[in-house]
Amino acid sequence: MPSSLRTLGVNEKARITSIDASGEISRRLRDMGLVPGTEVKVIGRAPLKDPVAVRLRDFTLTLRNNEADCIMIEKMEENK
Amino acid sequence: MSGTATIALAGNPNSGKTTLFNAITGARQRVGNYPGITVERKEGTVNVEDMKVNIIDLPGCYSLSAYSEEELVARKVLVDERPDIVVDIVDATRLERHLYLAVQFFELGIPVLLSLNMMDEARKQGLRIDRIRLSNLLGCPVVETVARSGTGKKELIEKALAHARERGGKWEPLEISYGPDLDPALAEMVEKIEATDFMTERYPARWIALKYLEADEDVMKAGKAIGGPAEALERCVEKTREHCRKTLNTSPDAIIADYRYGLINSILKQDIIVHEKTQQERIDFSSRLDDVLTNRLLGPAIMIGVLYAMFQITFTVGEIPMGWLETFFGWLGDTATAIIPAGLVQSLVVSGIIDGVGGVLGFVPLIAIMFLMISFLEDSGYMARVAYMLDRVLRIFGLHGCSAMPFIVSGGIMGGCAVPGLMATRTLRSPKEKLATLLTAPFMPCGAKLPVFLLLVAAFFSENEAQVMFSITLFAWAMALLVSKLVRSTIIKGDPTPFVMELPPYRMPTLRGVLTHTWERAWQYIKKAGTVILAVSILLWAAMTFPGLSEEEVAGFEAQRQTIAASVQTEEQQETLLTEIDNLQGQAALRHSLAGRIGTMFEPISQLAGFDWRTNIALVGGFAAKEVIVATFGTAYSLGEVDPEASDSLSRRIASDPTWNKFTALALIVFVLLYAPCFVTVVTMAKESSWRWALFSTCFNTTLGFVIAVGVYQFGTLFLI
Repeated sequence: MPSSLRTLGVNEKARITSIDASGEISRRLRDMGLVPGTEVKVIGRAPLKDPVAVRLRDFTLTLRNNEADCIMIEKMEENK
Repeated sequence: MSGTATIALAGNPNSGKTTLFNAITGARQRVGNYPGITVERKEGTVNVEDMKVNIIDLPGCYSLSAYSEEELVARKVLVDERPDIVVDIVDATRLERHLYLAVQFFELGIPVLLSLNMMDEARKQGLRIDRIRLSNLLGCPVVETVARSGTGKKELIEKALAHARERGGKWEPLEISYGPDLDPALAEMVEKIEATDFMTERYPARWIALKYLEADEDVMKAGKAIGGPAEALERCVEKTREHCRKTLNTSPDAIIADYRYGLINSILKQDIIVHEKTQQERIDFSSRLDDVLTNRLLGPAIMIGVLYAMFQITFTVGEIPMGWLETFFGWLGDTATAIIPAGLVQSLVVSGIIDGVGGVLGFVPLIAIMFLMISFLEDSGYMARVAYMLDRVLRIFGLHGCSAMPFIVSGGIMGGCAVPGLMATRTLRSPKEKLATLLTAPFMPCGAKLPVFLLLVAAFFSENEAQVMFSITLFAWAMALLVSKLVRSTIIKGDPTPFVMELPPYRMPTLRGVLTHTWERAWQYIKKAGTVILAVSILLWAAMTFPGLSEEEVAGFEAQRQTIAASVQTEEQQETLLTEIDNLQGQAALRHSLAGRIGTMFEPISQLAGFDWRTNIALVGGFAAKEVIVATFGTAYSLGEVDPEASDSLSRRIASDPTWNKFTALALIVFVLLYAPCFVTVVTMAKESSWRWALFSTCFNTTLGFVIAVGVYQFGTLFLI
């Protein structure tokens, strides 16, 4: 069942299946390395639960929940 | 390539470009602005044997897709200046992501040298990178560097020059296959482009086709202006886009990015990187630190602590060199008074130039120390965390996490300066959020407003100085946020822009880097003092001096003096009376001058907020530079030489003036905080946005400040006294 990155809890891992965005934001997300197949792990949320910090390709990216909504993922096994 | 060569340094933000640039060029650099584009690029030179090598430090970018101004600048320099070689600085610990930009350089065709930077960190993490193999697979030289210590910089320059020589300035675009869905379209477009030499003098044909498929506004706009096959290309893109949507449910630019990462993966999979330690073993210092520093509860508390500490350090440490400067300008004034005969010239040099410019330069230590700390926080990676933690709050007010920085630099923790603060808005991608930040950052209590507050607080609220000063800061933030909410929901409406930002790993900043940043910013401020403020000081001096009193009036005061001199009194009593006459004459002369007349003219309106004509003069002067306000008060209260820092005597004088009360002081504090930004800020604002917005800000802020000041004064005097 595909879901969005927003639903991913802290310390959970997932693989990106698709990016449901178009135009500028889609290009920006891709430039930053969020392409289908990438493994991501949520490593934290800001004090007000938004934005979210994600670890991928050996670096840390933060994005807002609004942006996380358009990143579709499939969860991977728990890996703490 | 004899004599000179040009090397462009490029790379992702936080890859250590600027550190390497400084290591290579030393202090020999100049900051230059591109006409029409505001993002800075730096240039420096270094001599290698007989050759003069120009080094261009391009702004950091993630891609060449023209998402941000930085990327546009980088692209423009590469294409239009055709440096002999581009050195792509990649963070060895983040090779995969950083190679994405490298691939785009290869596609552009420019000769590339890859610099694997931060090798020390990579080794610490147990990463081994097979650079020979990487070099073979990428088809470009690869060198290892550690920018912080300068390791490898010599090899980097030598290999870069050698590779540039080898290629002889020829561009060899790399052709990547983008799969069965895009390749035919690309081929068709390349054919059209080559047939008509469409923009091919600037870009390689396949690159133009790719940019069309990526829907690159910049290239497509340029293409449209030329005409030719532009329309046919756009039709071709449209067809491909439709095809991709129908068959793959995706867009061409998505496919392009996927293939680029695919290529990088296929290269890296060939045993390029060996992890000597397992994932578990690789202790990530940054993420541990983040567990604490961005913790839900601890994070904000630490952030406030850090900002408060910065404020404390700035003021306690800054006081010392400020004292030296004060003494120096005092001495300079005294010397000038002694050398130049009394009269207009002496008055111009001492009151106009030395006092005016000296007052401004007095703040250099404060500004330098503050920037030292901001540079430290920025280079360490903490500022990005501040943006991350504050984004949600700032978004409520129509701003962006990155707005925090301009606010803080402008004086959000007191003592900043709006000029560099406004320049810091360049990191904001969205024009709307940038504009809202630009318009509200000048509300912050900058270093120039501080002496005014200190003066008034010392005069009227001396029992709880610190609390009042802190409340002023809070009030400034509240106003900045509320006004930005107001403008974002009225005149600059629009959806929030995405917040997609890298959290760079924590790093200990290098002393050199921090000092360089600090010096650059302090120098900008000094230049402002030496040019604009010098001119304005002279103008103001003239406005407060001319027209002078008529001969009869002067004669009148002279007669009074004679009477006193002739009277039978002790010398001491005579002295006191004579000083009093001097003061009276000074007052009369000031009131008679152009500035005095303007001040008096505004008095009927400004009385609503409790401001008299002398305050008006100070406020008009404050438009030139807020530092002028205290200096003008000094002159207006005819204390002669008044230095903005030594506000004690002046504050006593004001406190004992019957026309002043607590609410006049509060109203004035509010007005000074909010009214028109100083002249230099307005110019900066116009540069960052447009003259229309700068003018808007001037009028709007003054009106807002006045309305609130009147409210405070009227409410206070009616109900609380």
